[in-house]
Amino acid sequence: MAESAQSDVPSPNVDLDNEQYWAAASRRQLRIGQCAKCQKAFFYPRHFCPFCLSADVDWALASGQARIYSYTVMRRVDKPYVLAYVQLDEGPAMMTNIVECDFESLTVGQVVEVVYVASTNGSLVPMFRTLDRHA
Amino acid sequence: MLTTPSNPGAAYIAGAFEHPTRLATDLSIAQLHAEVARGALEDAGLGIADVDAFYTADAPGLGPIAIVEHLGIKPQIVDSTDVGGSSYLLHVNHAAQAIAAGKCSVALITLAGRPRAEGKTTVASRFAGPDVGFESPYRSSVVGMYAMAAARHMHEFGTTGEQLAWIKVAASVHAQHNPLALLRNVTTVEEVVNSPMVADPLHRLDCCVITDGGGALVVVSPEIAKSLSRPKVRVRGSGEFVKHIHGGYPDMTSSGAVVSGAQAFAEARVTPTDIKCACIYDSFTISVLIALEDLGFCEKGQGGQFVSEGNLISGVGRLPFNTDGGGLCNNHPSNRGGMTKVIEAVRQLRGEAHPRVQVPNCDLALAHGTGGWIASRHCSATLILERE
Repeated sequence: MAESAQSDVPSPNVDLDNEQYWAAASRRQLRIGQCAKCQKAFFYPRHFCPFCLSADVDWALASGQARIYSYTVMRRVDKPYVLAYVQLDEGPAMMTNIVECDFESLTVGQVVEVVYVASTNGSLVPMFRTLDRHA
Repeated sequence: MLTTPSNPGAAYIAGAFEHPTRLATDLSIAQLHAEVARGALEDAGLGIADVDAFYTADAPGLGPIAIVEHLGIKPQIVDSTDVGGSSYLLHVNHAAQAIAAGKCSVALITLAGRPRAEGKTTVASRFAGPDVGFESPYRSSVVGMYAMAAARHMHEFGTTGEQLAWIKVAASVHAQHNPLALLRNVTTVEEVVNSPMVADPLHRLDCCVITDGGGALVVVSPEIAKSLSRPKVRVRGSGEFVKHIHGGYPDMTSSGAVVSGAQAFAEARVTPTDIKCACIYDSFTISVLIALEDLGFCEKGQGGQFVSEGNLISGVGRLPFNTDGGGLCNNHPSNRGGMTKVIEAVRQLRGEAHPRVQVPNCDLALAHGTGGWIASRHCSATLILERE
């Protein structure tokens, strides 16, 4: 895992809307929104439910298991990388990067799992890797 | 100039102007606003003192205020709603509503920018809301977001890169007749799919150009339209819709055009088969493909087949599109393609397009824009325009 001082992952811009999320990520936890009123899970987590506006929401722990909803390889940079949306097993999808993977063997629908990658200031960012990466 | 409408609900595009520059090294953004305003007002046969409503987006200064002063306008209505490249279609919609309500009678809409001279591309962080706070470490980009929509469309419907390439081919066939177009070479499918990959599956030639310049429109009341010598282009239907991923449930193969198009067609009381020419914001080839399906020109998932049959080529297919060469070949001022789509639709309806691309008896045209990021959050806006 690329937890080094040479990280090229931008560090999160932490603010009042996301500080709980990024604090959890640096403890290697992936948090999503879970509404206690309408029962829907959502991403990104926030202090209310985007389906019913209830304030009775939890910043619930996600399993970190997901499937690729769609992805692209960003080629026009020194070190190409994979931008993706992955659909979490809990339901909602999130933007992420797929790491530790062979670009050419990625597919929509592929199973991935969360991994925490150090950003430039050392704070951790949830990313995803394929399960068969060493096959 | 406030008058009581004799034809309630009607508004007309009386002036349209596309700045001829594609590289504005020696022109400020404020000066470009002035030049496009003058061009559109001269085209209409009106003067700056006639303007009583002003619309723009992303202009220098606080909202519209600085450019209002710069141009010397005294507007009773202003609107600087910025939804990216579709802003100017939305402004036509809002201006038509204000005219119908009797709040104004001559609305000026301007766009100007110089990203090429300044070496700038659209920077997502400039538009950061609470969403971006969860996404910025992933180095998203505009092309990346459209690429993911294309990848998902290919996954669900079997759409191919060759099919997408036909959209660029059609634009290039039209652009060869536009002396102001940035790219005038006729492009082949092979050239598109063999151009360097930017963000899979989008190649360099799937992407629009970056240019400076701008454009302007003048929307007027029926009384003003009657007093002018220009052909009458009526705003017959309009719609707008913000689509987003709502709590993390994306649907990347369709856009807000499903709603904005349905609104516009219902208001106009026409159907897609009635449209003679379509001007669709072509930030990327995939933007056009998804819009064609969502607007009802073909079934969802059949866009690839529709475009690869040559349907977008004037004189060949049944839906000539972007007959000026569009953003893919002609012009994409300030990274915002909605304005030039309305301008080319007006040219077609007036019979003022280049003779080699002019659609015969073009009496009904559609203009459409997608502003923002099609894979996640964006605003679609649709206009149906009619020559009376």
